[in-house]
Formats: sequence, structure tokens, C-alpha cells
Amino acid sequence: MKLKNYLLFGLAAATMTASFQACKPKGAGSAVSGDAAQRTYIPPGQHDEFYNFVSGGFSGQMSVYGLPSGRLFRVIPVFSVDPEKGWGFSEETKPMLQTSHGFVPWDDLHHIEASFTDGMPDGKWMFANSNNTPRLARINLQTFRTDEIIEIPNTGGNHCSPFTTENSEYVIAATRFSVPPDGEGDVPIDSYKENFKGHISFVSVDKQTGEFDISFQLKTPGLNFDLSSAGKGVSNGWLFMSCYNSEQAHTLLEVNSSKNDKDFILAINWKKAEEYIKAGKGKKQNNVRYAHNKWDEHTHTAKHEIKTEVTVLDVTEFEDLAYLIPCPKSPHGTDVSPTGEFIVGSGKLAALIPVFSFDKLQKAISAKDFESELYDGIPVVKYESALHGEVQKPGLGPLHTEFDDKGNAYTSFFVSSEVVKWNINTLEILDRQPTFYSVGHLMVAGGNAKKPFGKYLVAYNKITKDRFLPTGPELCHSAQLFDISGDKMELLLDFPTIGEPHYAQALPADLIKERSLQIYDINANKHPHKTNGESEARVERNGNIVRVYMTTIRSHLTPDVIEGIQLGDEVYFHVTNLEQDWDMPHGFAIKGANNSELLIMPGETTTLKWVPDRVGIFPFYCTDFCSALHQEMTGYARVSAQGSNVPVKYYTGEKTE
Amino acid sequence: MKNSTSISTTNRIILIVCSLALLSVIFLPIWRIELDAAQYPEGLELKIYSNKLAGQVEIINGLNHYIGMKTLHADDFIEFTVLPYLIGFFALAFLAVGLRGNRKSIYWLFGGFVLFGIVAMVDFYRWLYEYGHDLDPNAPIIVPGMAYQPPLIGFKQLLNFGAFSIPDIGGWIFIAVGILLAYCTFIEFRRSRAKR
Repeated sequence: MKLKNYLLFGLAAATMTASFQACKPKGAGSAVSGDAAQRTYIPPGQHDEFYNFVSGGFSGQMSVYGLPSGRLFRVIPVFSVDPEKGWGFSEETKPMLQTSHGFVPWDDLHHIEASFTDGMPDGKWMFANSNNTPRLARINLQTFRTDEIIEIPNTGGNHCSPFTTENSEYVIAATRFSVPPDGEGDVPIDSYKENFKGHISFVSVDKQTGEFDISFQLKTPGLNFDLSSAGKGVSNGWLFMSCYNSEQAHTLLEVNSSKNDKDFILAINWKKAEEYIKAGKGKKQNNVRYAHNKWDEHTHTAKHEIKTEVTVLDVTEFEDLAYLIPCPKSPHGTDVSPTGEFIVGSGKLAALIPVFSFDKLQKAISAKDFESELYDGIPVVKYESALHGEVQKPGLGPLHTEFDDKGNAYTSFFVSSEVVKWNINTLEILDRQPTFYSVGHLMVAGGNAKKPFGKYLVAYNKITKDRFLPTGPELCHSAQLFDISGDKMELLLDFPTIGEPHYAQALPADLIKERSLQIYDINANKHPHKTNGESEARVERNGNIVRVYMTTIRSHLTPDVIEGIQLGDEVYFHVTNLEQDWDMPHGFAIKGANNSELLIMPGETTTLKWVPDRVGIFPFYCTDFCSALHQEMTGYARVSAQGSNVPVKYYTGEKTE
Repeated sequence: MKNSTSISTTNRIILIVCSLALLSVIFLPIWRIELDAAQYPEGLELKIYSNKLAGQVEIINGLNHYIGMKTLHADDFIEFTVLPYLIGFFALAFLAVGLRGNRKSIYWLFGGFVLFGIVAMVDFYRWLYEYGHDLDPNAPIIVPGMAYQPPLIGFKQLLNFGAFSIPDIGGWIFIAVGILLAYCTFIEFRRSRAKR
């Protein structure tokens, strides 16, 4: 009897527990509609609808995916070395990573933005910023290579970048860690309020060549600039930047820069700034040193130079250049709607989203509807005067907003881990979908353009945990693709990413794929150490510098026998890939080199430096499986003792003596 | 009433048009050989003009070194010097016959043109044979008994490459001119018979 009671009691307890478990809301991990697979499936051999360019964050690179498949096509090295491609290892690419601090092999590539013509991506370039050693980069979308990097002076933490104006007249760089201007740095850190300044750089972009030039910098109080958006359409000519740390704290910012109920959005009339610069109101600053590195497409070589001058305009010395708009709680995203009329501020710690009106801002400025006190010399527009309205109870921790083609906005929420869709005009919330987990930036295809493409939204999440097969403590960051063509957002796909994507762009494939380069024309190769055909392959000694003029073609290296190298020599392998056939790169590597491989595209010349460390025979070979006889594409270099009488000798196939 | 040994006006016009068409052949590709393989989804093309080779000649040469085929160079073919003149000669001949309108000359023209066509195709075949069979004995890839002669016309599988050989626009014009000439010759022949 007793046993029976126990059993009954046990059964009742088990039932209770089970039903409590059932009460707990289910995770939405499986909340995917039935035909999601079909909508992201690109059959073998077919192409995706969009190129998705994704920033790599602390990987320093930019990766290229297809949408809607989420397939990874390429990782383009930008601010970090990449031994796979010889980026930062070959003599030609080393200058690209030079800075005023010398060679910097890594950086934190935060955001990317497309080059724009009339507010639409034009498919020419991607711009990228580095946060640690402040720089801007331009990536060529014909070659999918980095063409230019410019360092930003007077700046610490170039986070608020590389956002561009409606016609990419300028790419913006701005300081997230305000610092004393260059040359005035040896000051007590607690003199922040007095000595630390923000700088906003307007880097012009040549319409044809894309070449950067720091046109001017705006000097501001020591605010931390976080993100920005240029005005477009009605607000073209203006720039809106979120700033936090209006407290101007210099330590324990977590607490000390979160005290004020409102920080700011800085509105800059950049057309006005241009006028002042033209009128000669800028001050030349000559104690700066910054690198400007350019890729020369003819010589396949980067050139590094140091520049020493920049023109600075102090915004506090002009009445009509910059205005602050109060914005709740350490704003992150500052995003301008497709028409240019609305500016959405996203306070990281706020529980509402303020939407400002450009029209009301203009009226407030002309009516001088300002707070009674200037903020460090800058007028502060009254919050209500510029406000279109607030999105109420949207979620927790809004970060970033993009727009679709139907008048809707999509905001990412880090703390409540969701994407929320709302109407720009009515500010009414229309839909919310969870993300896995803690989304940072999001991206709508063309969501920062005048006419968004819509259709897809990608959430770039900061926390991955159980989304994929575990890979130890270090996990990839996950991205999530949503279909936003209907009333409700639909989760279609999870896909892993490289590094930490902070922002991305999606461009229609047709805008880019036809212009994509297949080979470098060998006749247009103006590399000073190019080898014109196998008959010119040779080895030249000049003092202790040995230059090997080598060619590659399926399936041999010329020369493949090299003698006469001595210990103490510096050997340069100038390898020219003679192929003129699409997708026929050759690689080159030699035993013991304190260096990476080379990966040489058809028609290109690339150089590997090798300083032999011992006497002996050193095999070298082609590293990229190029043909059925790839394994045979090898050779030997002989290194003799210093002062040895072994003559310089080289051949392939038969001795040429 | 016209001379009974002269060509009809229609045929004379056809011959003059043919003459102009032949002139264009000098500048157009006459034959093409298309190559397809798994690794070349976009295909490779060799275009033969009256005076040169075009298309991806360098890439084809690069690939052919595996089987030890001689590399193709326009300089190796005397035909490329002679052919434009021969075609030019026929263009002038067509014009002359068309203008002069002598019936007997159209027979000569027909005979000459057919002969030219046959000699050209035989010559083309001879080159294809030579390149397909004269292989370097030290080639990396040697398949016993295998020759790499592309088809004169039509499709043939050569190891991993499918070779498809057909006339190009110039060749088709040439063939059309031949057919028109045959037609004119036939009409004139019938007219001459009818007169008797």
C-alpha cells in the first residue's frame, strides 16, 4: 500500500513538473517558416541576387557574401596582413600598411559604406574605417582589392566613419576617443576637459580615380563621436553624428559617461564648412604626420608617403556651422530616412527612440530656439523643437536603424535581442522578431540609400552561443537573414561570419558582376621588375642584393635552378605570372623564408623577400594547384657560404651555359 | 535585244553583290574552332581569318603544350599572306564577270571558285592533320595511339576537350556566294540550252 502511495505521489509530482516546464515559453530557435530553405537556396551554378559586403571588425578585413544564400565568396584584406594573399608580406603590399607609427599589421575594421552617386550605391568602391590606428580605406569593386589607405591625424579611435555624403563628395572620419591635437599630447590625462578635443575629418573622394584627400577637419569639444549619417535629399549638405560622453569623463566611462540623461546628436552644415574653407577661414596645422598609401594599378605596387599638413576649422568659432540636439542616453546609431527628412537617434541605454525632423530643426535654428547655455561654445537646440516624435516602448537598447522602400524603419536592440519594425511617419510599431543573440548593427539592402532595395534584412549578432556546432571557447559571430517583403519579418537563415561584423552593405549583383576584372593585362604591366617572357628570366647580383626575375606558367617556374646565392644576401623573387587565362593564379613559397607565400594573379608581378639563414639547398614551389602538373612546378635554390666562388647560374630544362 | 551570249541582268546584279560580299570576307572570321571542357565553362575559341588567327590563341597554345602540340603562330602559315589576295582576286573576278556579262566567263568563274574551295579545304585539313599528329615525343601527356586532329567540320572529343569546328560568318558568306554562283551558272546554262 505504502509503495502504491509513493508511486502515485511520484507520478503527480512528475506531471506537475512537466506541466510547469510546458508553461515556460519556448525559445524561438525553431521559429522558421516552412519554405525558408527554398527562399535561400541558390542551386549549384546559379548566382545570388545581392553581394553582401560585411565588415570584419577585429579581423581587420572585409568579407563578401551572397544573399540570400549567405555563402562566403571572399575575404578582402584591408587593415590586417593576410598571408594567404601575401597582403602585407609581398614587397608591393607592405607600403599599404605603413602609418606614421611605422608598419601596423592589424586593425579593427569597423564599418563599411558604398560609394554613392545621387544617394544610391554606384558599385565603384567600398569605404572602410579602422578604429585603432585611425585610417580610412578604399576598396576597388573591380579587383576586390584595397586601393588606398589614408591615416587620420588629430584623432583617437576612428569609429564614426566611413560614412559618406550623397555623392561621396566626402567620406567622414571622426574621433571616438578624443585626444589632444597632435603635437600637444604631453598633458595630464585628468586635464581632459581642458586639453582633449574631437576632430571630424572630411576626406574628399575624386569622382574618377577615387583618390582621398583630407580636405579639412572640424575641431570640436572633447566629445566621443560614435556613428554618423550624411543628410540626403532635403537634408543634403548636412551631417548628423551621435556623440556620447557629453560628461567629458576620462576614466570609468561605463559609469562616468552615462550620467547625463541626454547626450547629443551633432548636426553639421558641411556645405557651410566648405564655404568657410574656401574663404580661407581654416587654420593650417603643420605639426601633423599621417600616411597616405596608394595602389598603382600599372606597377601593381603600393606607394607610401607621409603628409604633414591639414586644414582645421574650430566649430566653436562659428555660429552657423554646428548645432547639438539632445538625444537620450549615449546614442549609437544616427540614421537618416530615405527622404532625408527624419533623423533617428538610438540611445544605447534608452527605452524609446527619438525621431527628429530636419524641417523642424531648420525652423528651430532660424528661430534660435536654443537652450539658454551653449555646450562648450556650441548652441544646443531644444529637444522638443527638433523632435518629430518618439517611438514608445520599442525595446531595450536601440542601436541602429535602417529603412525599407515602403516607409518603414527597422531598429536593432542589443539588450532585448530583437529587431523591431516601425512606421517612420506614424511611429507605430508594426512587428518585432527575436535575434540570436544580441544584435549589433543590422542592414537592409540599400537601407542607407535614397531608394532602399528592401527585400532582405541581415542582423549581425554579437553573441552566438548555441547557434552552430560548438568550436571551443572561441565562436564565430552569427548573422541572420530576414525576408522583409511582407508585413511580418520572416527569419530565413543563420550564417557564420568572419571577425565581428559591425556594418554591411548589400548591392544588387548586376551592379558589380559584369565589371569584375578577370585578369591583369600583361602588356599593361609596368612593374619595374616585370619579366617579359621566359627568355628574359634571369638572376642578377648587385652587391649582396640578388634579384630573381622569375616567370610562372603552367606548369613550370623559370628559372627553376638557381645557384650563386650566398649567406648574407637579400634575395628578391620578382615573380611574373605569364598566364592570361581567368582564374589561373600561381603561388610561390620557399623553405625557411620568414615570410608568407605569394599569390600572383595572371599578368601580375609580385615580390617575395628572402634572407637565407643557412647554407644548403632550398626547394621552392607553386602553392596554388594550377594544373595536372602542379606538383611538378618546383625548383631549387642553392645557398653557399659567404665569399664562396660558386658563380651565379640559373636555368630551366636545359643548362644555358 | 541583247547579245545571246550575255548574262541576264538579275544574274549580273547577283554577281556584283557577291563580289562585294567576298570583299567583306577578307575582314571577317572564316572558320572557328570552339573548345569546351569542364574547367572552361565559358569555352575557348580559335577564329581563323584570311590573314590571322584570333580568339584565345595564347591560352590554347598554353594548354596544347601538355600534349606536345606545336604552338600556333600566324607567321607559320604562308596562307595568311596569300589568302587575302586570292579572295580579293575572286572579288574582282566576280565584279568583272558581272560587269562584262559574258556567259562563257561565268563558267570559268564557277570552275575556278569550286577549285579554290576544294584546295582551301584540303589545305585546311592538311594543317589540322599536321598539328594533330606532329607531337613532341617529350610531351608531359602521351596517350598511346591518340592524335589530336580537330574535325574539319563538326564535333570531336579530344581528351577532356570537346572540339567543334564550323564556318564562321566569313565562311558562311563564302558558301552563300558559292551557292549563288552555282545558281547563276545553272540558269545561264539552261538559258544557253534554250536558245539552241
